[in-house]
Amino acid sequence: MDLSLTEEQEMLKKMARDFLDREAPKSYVRAMEEDERGFTPETWEKIAGLGWLGLALPEKYGGSGGGFLDLCVLLEEMGRALLPGPFFSTVLLGACTLLEAGSEEQKKEILPRVARGERIMTLALTEPSATWEAKGVHLKAKAKGADYILDGTKLFVPDAHVADDIIVVARTGRSAKPENGVSLFLVSGKAPGITHTVLKTIASDKQCEVVFDGVAVPARSLVGVLNKGWPVVEKTLQRAAVAKCAEMVGGAQRVLEMTVEYAKQRVQFGRPIGSFQAIQHYCANMVTDVDGARFVTYEAAWRLQEGLPCAKEVSMAKAWTSEAYRRVTALGHQIHGGIGFTKEHDMQLYFRRAKAAELAYGDADFHRERVAQQMGL
Amino acid sequence: MEFSFTNEEQTFREDLRAFLRNELPRGWTGGREDWDNDVFPVAQQMRKKLAARGWLTMGWPREYSGMGAGPVAQAIFGEEMLYHRAPGRDQFGLRMLGPTLMLFGTEEQKREHLPRIAKGERLWCQGYSEPGAGSDLASLQTRATRDGDDYVVSGSKTWTTGAHRADWMFLLARTDPAAPKHKGITFLLMDMRSPGVSVRPLVNMVGDHAFNQVFFDDVRVPCTNVVGETNRGWYVAMALLSFERSGVEHVGAARRLLDDITRAARETLRDGRPLTADPIVRHKLAERAVETQVARALAYRVAWLQSKGQVPAYESSVSKVFGTELNQRIANTGMQVLGLHAQLEKGSPRAVLDGVLRSYYLYTVAPTLYAGSSEVQRNIIADKGLGLPRA
Repeated sequence: MDLSLTEEQEMLKKMARDFLDREAPKSYVRAMEEDERGFTPETWEKIAGLGWLGLALPEKYGGSGGGFLDLCVLLEEMGRALLPGPFFSTVLLGACTLLEAGSEEQKKEILPRVARGERIMTLALTEPSATWEAKGVHLKAKAKGADYILDGTKLFVPDAHVADDIIVVARTGRSAKPENGVSLFLVSGKAPGITHTVLKTIASDKQCEVVFDGVAVPARSLVGVLNKGWPVVEKTLQRAAVAKCAEMVGGAQRVLEMTVEYAKQRVQFGRPIGSFQAIQHYCANMVTDVDGARFVTYEAAWRLQEGLPCAKEVSMAKAWTSEAYRRVTALGHQIHGGIGFTKEHDMQLYFRRAKAAELAYGDADFHRERVAQQMGL
Repeated sequence: MEFSFTNEEQTFREDLRAFLRNELPRGWTGGREDWDNDVFPVAQQMRKKLAARGWLTMGWPREYSGMGAGPVAQAIFGEEMLYHRAPGRDQFGLRMLGPTLMLFGTEEQKREHLPRIAKGERLWCQGYSEPGAGSDLASLQTRATRDGDDYVVSGSKTWTTGAHRADWMFLLARTDPAAPKHKGITFLLMDMRSPGVSVRPLVNMVGDHAFNQVFFDDVRVPCTNVVGETNRGWYVAMALLSFERSGVEHVGAARRLLDDITRAARETLRDGRPLTADPIVRHKLAERAVETQVARALAYRVAWLQSKGQVPAYESSVSKVFGTELNQRIANTGMQVLGLHAQLEKGSPRAVLDGVLRSYYLYTVAPTLYAGSSEVQRNIIADKGLGLPRA
């Protein structure tokens, strides 16, 4: 048992924190909420220059061969800084999925360019029915000659408005089990017949409605095996859920620090409010939530990285961390008082993102049901 | 990061499990307190058997005939013992007094007491709390007055677990009433058969006899039984407390209780369907399982920190609060899920889980109070973990 980060991970963490403090201050975070694109090309180039986009990609695809845990360490810092932009969708939803299931040709063509920051990716999974299960996949892909024709609507697709490549989860067959008959296609974000609208979300992140109207893609766009795409999606969802937890842990840690700092300085009734037991006990509950979230998240990440069975641990991590982050931000508000409720204070940024992160890749109820199944209930 | 256990640790866990399956009486559903009449004889037998294997003192250094096992192995021991509801550990002698004597005891004290603790021959109780001093331990009033080569002790201790079974007590007594409250306290070892010691049982709401009130009527304790320096007993006591808290036992107990409830819920049919077909039941049980995973991570973090030679500052308090409160939530969930039957006592033909759940529901009140209440632990977390200003 070793719960510490490696020396390299410590270095990565420190480098990430320094970079994000400098390049992604809260003024940038706020500006990007209003920005149409949601990030600046300059920042994206710098991130690519640091090698972060290829951090977990093998060297033969232009990456640096890091593991999933390294990626989680980085994402924890990104979550702490609330870094906007399509890093998560490009790396976790796009590149990792392609790495998992793509053909050698697809990987060679796309992954090195992802690592260089030349290609933004995402995954189009959820639809208006808004479930994370195979039965929610209705977008049709119909074979026509050498092509497939895609028709349907995807909803809550992160960063589709800027994506060069969208991996589309489509229905290619009907059977009693909805898991059978799902296929993945690699589609250009600019293909004729695609239209997208950026949705106004609670976290002002860039989730899109994407309509596919007779979009023709060649058969070689198929990612993985026809009709057998769902296990790939499941794997991606597992990675995404844990990666999202890592972001949440970073955010919750920052809220805790911010709040403790405030409680030490803010004087009421002639004393710093941090000396009142009511406040101290809130803070003690916050640190318990944050520490618990960190360890269950990293245990799930470790199991994923090591290729061990992890369905239960992943769902436990997402169920716990989703609610822990929200609780931490709620107590943070309680301790900050009115000032934390204003736009000018950073609390609201975290509070809004905590809810968005909770909803992404299965909320606590969704994952508790999965835990129940794993418990044999 | 590496969340797995070493092969050695894994083998030890399996050996211990096999041992417990073999050695515990058939159909053993556990007892909460080693000191109660139903459990004590089993506890004594198990203690001897664990001692024979060296597991009782596995965490002690080799020079004191221990096995030098690390904190992670010790945590595994605690987790498995509690998971199997196995009695016989003697926390006071093994985990608290033993290590304290190794640090502060005289050669004579070590020679006299350590081997007997190790063999499970001498049981200890802890004389800390008093009727007027619980969380505010330093306000204790029991007096020890020097008279020749002895101290003469008078006063009373309460919530003294196992006092009616213990051979000896380690206690705190005020030796300098004029000094500031932390500075006039001495740590003493007292033979419970000394004239003037009397024990009054306090039966808890579960119906078990574990704790007691103890009265000292001019009890003579030789000065050679002072551990550490006179009037500096507070620091000895604080060092001892740091051996007490880690929380992994609470995780063992929690896992077992949840497993039992889950099994009962799966096997119980209502209107032809198992209770676990109900989404609310599934949700509640899964939520407790998630929390158990969190509790386990927090507890093993404490052991891991100790294994790196660090003294956990606030982490053991986090583990204790979370683990003990979790046990209450699990017991409560069990009572809700299993419903009316869950209230029935052991022996009642319609009782579920042989009344164990009912007993635990009552019992889980205690751990959030002992060894520093949840509120005191949260104060420690705020102070030592977050550096918040003192009240």
